[in-house]
Amino acid sequence: MALDQSFVGRTYPPTDPYEVGREKIREFAEAVGDANPAYTDPDAAKALGHADVIAPPTFVFAITFKAAGEVIADPQLGLDYSRVVHGDQKFAYTRPVRAGDRLTVTSTIEAIKSMAGNDILDVRGEVHDEAGEHVVTAWTKLVARAAAEEA
Amino acid sequence: MTAKIAYDEVEVGTELPAQSFPVTRATLVQYAGASGDFNPIHWNEKFAKEVGLPDVIAHGMFTMAEAVRVVTDWTGDPGAVVEYGVRFTKPVVVPNDDQGALIEVSGKVAAKLDDNTVRVDLTATSAGQKVLGMSRAVVRLA
Repeated sequence: MALDQSFVGRTYPPTDPYEVGREKIREFAEAVGDANPAYTDPDAAKALGHADVIAPPTFVFAITFKAAGEVIADPQLGLDYSRVVHGDQKFAYTRPVRAGDRLTVTSTIEAIKSMAGNDILDVRGEVHDEAGEHVVTAWTKLVARAAAEEA
Repeated sequence: MTAKIAYDEVEVGTELPAQSFPVTRATLVQYAGASGDFNPIHWNEKFAKEVGLPDVIAHGMFTMAEAVRVVTDWTGDPGAVVEYGVRFTKPVVVPNDDQGALIEVSGKVAAKLDDNTVRVDLTATSAGQKVLGMSRAVVRLA
């Protein structure tokens, strides 16, 4: 079933702040096997000009996708999440995410398309810090596969 | 931001050191915990097959995280990444054995841009299949 086009341009309220912790960054860096000291050693991060340890570039997805989840779960939108796959992902950074950040995400539905029975949803997540400064924007393209394509 | 590569030292076509990233079922369980993405297609073979996949597949975001390491290891400062985007074209299939799968990533400078930035185009393959498309990072050099 095609998604409701009237949702295009809809912006959801900002999320409650997510506090970025040093140990969460360490856990993520270890999970991707990345030993870059900027992720775990505050002195190494400072030597690179950062106020504290920074997060790997894709770390913020966990935060933006959780915010997008509220969009995806909106019953009025009617997206069948069991058929959803991740199509594209893009980030544009004003600065890296770092320990101590308290980040909020504001999600907007940028586009809704239907191609070959697949529903395609583009969600933009604007991430700001506690001072209201922009940190990163995440664009996530989700594809809900047509039911007929399932094996 | 203090990248260790100087803008003036790179040209269009400059190749970044290629890397290979192994991924096993244990890797996926660890990534699921760290990222909070517990979708069973990344750890439950029965479920993955029921939804039409050949086997358990890696998180797309895991592959995306590994691919950009070719860029961040090159520059030294991960904070030098200005933009990064990918298209997930094929899944990385991870068999339930000691070997798992291998994600092979190479990159080269595709364009020199303003403000000491360059665009790096990345290629990521696993089992001979291209797993990322349109994989591009813009990074600020010294």
